[in-house]
Amino acid sequence: MDELIFFINRVLISGTVLGSIYALGAIGVTLIFGILRFAHFAHGDMMTMGAFIAFVLATALAAMGVVLPLPLGFIVLPVAMVITAVIALGIDKGFYAPLRARGAKPVTLLIASIGVTLMIQGLVRLIFGSGTQSIYVGQPKEIFRLDMSWAGGSRPISITEPQLLMFIVTALLVVALHLFLTRSRLGKAMRAMADNAALAQVSGINTALVVRVTWVIAGSLACVAGTMLALDVALMPDLAFNIVLPIFAAAIVGGLGHAYGAIVGGFLIAFAETLAVFNWTAVLRPLNGVLPEAMQLPANLALVPTEYKLTVAFVILVITLLVRPTGIFKGAST
Amino acid sequence: MALIELKHVVGGYGGAPILNGVNMAIDKSDIGVIVGPNGAGKSTTLKAIFGLLKVTGGTIDFGGENIANSLPDKLVPKGLSFVPQEKNVFTSMSVEENLEMGAFTRTDDFSDTMDWVYAMFPVLAEKRRQPAGELSGGQRQMVAMGRALMSKPSLLMLDEPSAGLSPRYVIEIFETIQRVNQEGVGILMVEQNARQALAFASKGFVLAGGQNRYTGTGAELIADPEVAKSFLGG
Repeated sequence: MDELIFFINRVLISGTVLGSIYALGAIGVTLIFGILRFAHFAHGDMMTMGAFIAFVLATALAAMGVVLPLPLGFIVLPVAMVITAVIALGIDKGFYAPLRARGAKPVTLLIASIGVTLMIQGLVRLIFGSGTQSIYVGQPKEIFRLDMSWAGGSRPISITEPQLLMFIVTALLVVALHLFLTRSRLGKAMRAMADNAALAQVSGINTALVVRVTWVIAGSLACVAGTMLALDVALMPDLAFNIVLPIFAAAIVGGLGHAYGAIVGGFLIAFAETLAVFNWTAVLRPLNGVLPEAMQLPANLALVPTEYKLTVAFVILVITLLVRPTGIFKGAST
Repeated sequence: MALIELKHVVGGYGGAPILNGVNMAIDKSDIGVIVGPNGAGKSTTLKAIFGLLKVTGGTIDFGGENIANSLPDKLVPKGLSFVPQEKNVFTSMSVEENLEMGAFTRTDDFSDTMDWVYAMFPVLAEKRRQPAGELSGGQRQMVAMGRALMSKPSLLMLDEPSAGLSPRYVIEIFETIQRVNQEGVGILMVEQNARQALAFASKGFVLAGGQNRYTGTGAELIADPEVAKSFLGG
C-alpha cells in the first residue's frame, strides 16, 4: 500500500502539476503559432514575467497587512493576468507588429522573440536580482494530508494547497477556453484564422482584433502558468526559460495550432518526464523478497537520472517529428 | 446607375502593374463573366476590387463611393463578397461554422440568411455538423458560396467557381449561380470554361494584357468570330 501511496505522491500529483503548467504554456505557444505563424520563443519568459508581476502584487498586499486564508500569490492572479496580457499586447505592438507589417518571414519573428527573451530576462534580473524569491511572502505553504491508514498505508497522500488550487484553476481555464473557442463569435474567428488566414480576411473577419485577443489569452495563461510554477517551486529569473523546450515539445506533439492538442501534449510530456525519472525500486521493492539473491533490485531504478529530465521531452519531440510530424491532432506543419 | 463600375483601373503587387486600365460595369441583375488567356489579369481584377492588391490608378465605384484600396473587413459590410478559387473553406470547421464566419461582420440575427443558404443547398443542411474538409469538391464549392452569401451581399464575386469540378458539377454550379442572381445578387466571375460561362452571362469581358479587349453580352461575344478564334478556341 505504501508503494502505491508513494507512486501517487510522486507520479500522479507531480505529473498533474507539471502537466497543468506545460499545458497552460503550450496553449499560448500553439495559439500564437496558429494565428501569427511563428514560434514564440519568449513565451517562457512571459511566464516568468507574469510570476514576477504576481510576486510584486502579493508583496504589496502583504505590506498593507492583508492576511487571507489563501496564498496571496493566488489572490492577485486575476490582476496579474490582466497586467501580463497588457504587456503582451505592448510587446506585440512594439516588436512583432512592425516586423509583420513589413512582411517579415517567420524566422525573423522567431529571432525577434529571442531578443524579447533576453530583454525580459535582463529586466527581471535588473529589478529583482538573480537570486531566488519566495512568492509566499511570509505565509506558510499549507499541506493537506489524506490519511491512508484505513487502507493499511503508513504514509498519507499529501498535496500542497497551491497544487490543489492549481488543478482547480487549470480545469476552470481549460473549460473557459473550450467554451470561448467553440461558442463565441471571436473564438470561432480565431479558429478560422488559424485554419486559413487569407480566407478569414476575405470573410471580413477583423484579423487585427483576432491577433490582439490571441495575445491577451496567451499572455494571461502564461501569467497563470508562471505563477503556479513559482508557487510550486520558487521564483527566479530563469524560472520558465528552463521549461521552454518541454512546452514547445508539448505544442508540437499535440499538433501546432491546436489548443486541445497542446493540453494533451502538455500532460503527455509531463507524465513521460515524471515516469522517466521515477525511482521504480520504490514500487517494486516487495519483489526483492521473491527474486533470487543475484537479481535484487538496485537502490535506484530510474529510467533517466533526474538531471537529464529535459532529454525526455526532446526524445518525444524527435520521435513525433519522425513518425507523425503534424502531431496527435492534425496541426499545421509549417 | 451601375452596381459597380470600374474606370481605367491600374494596379498590381507593387512591381510593374498587372492591370493597365480595366473598365467594367455590372448591374444588380447582371451575371458578369471575365474570360481571357492566362496572365490576362482576370483574377487580379477581382482581387483589386476586393482590396487584396494595390490599385494605383482609376476608380472603383460601388454603392456611390470609390472603394479602391478598401480592405475586406470594410467591404463585406458594404455588400461585397468574394469566393477565392482555392482554399475557400475552413477545412477544420463544421459547415455551419463556415457559414457563421461568412456572417462575421453582421451584428443582427442571421438565422434567416442561414435558412436561405440551406434552402439553396439542401445537402449542406444535412452535413451542417461535418467538418468542411471532409466534403467533396462540389460540396466544398457550395460551402464557399454559402459562406460568401451569409453577409447578404449585393455583389458576389467568384474566382473560377468551376475549377477542378467534374463536368456534371460545372453545370450545377452555373445553374446555382444563376439562381443566386435571380434572388437579387449581382454576379461577377472569372471563368476558365469560357464558352460555357459566357452562355450564362448577361455581360462578358474579354481581358488580355491587363486591358479590356472585347466587351459585350455573353451571346454577342460567343457569336463574334474574332473572339471565338482568339479566345474561345475556334
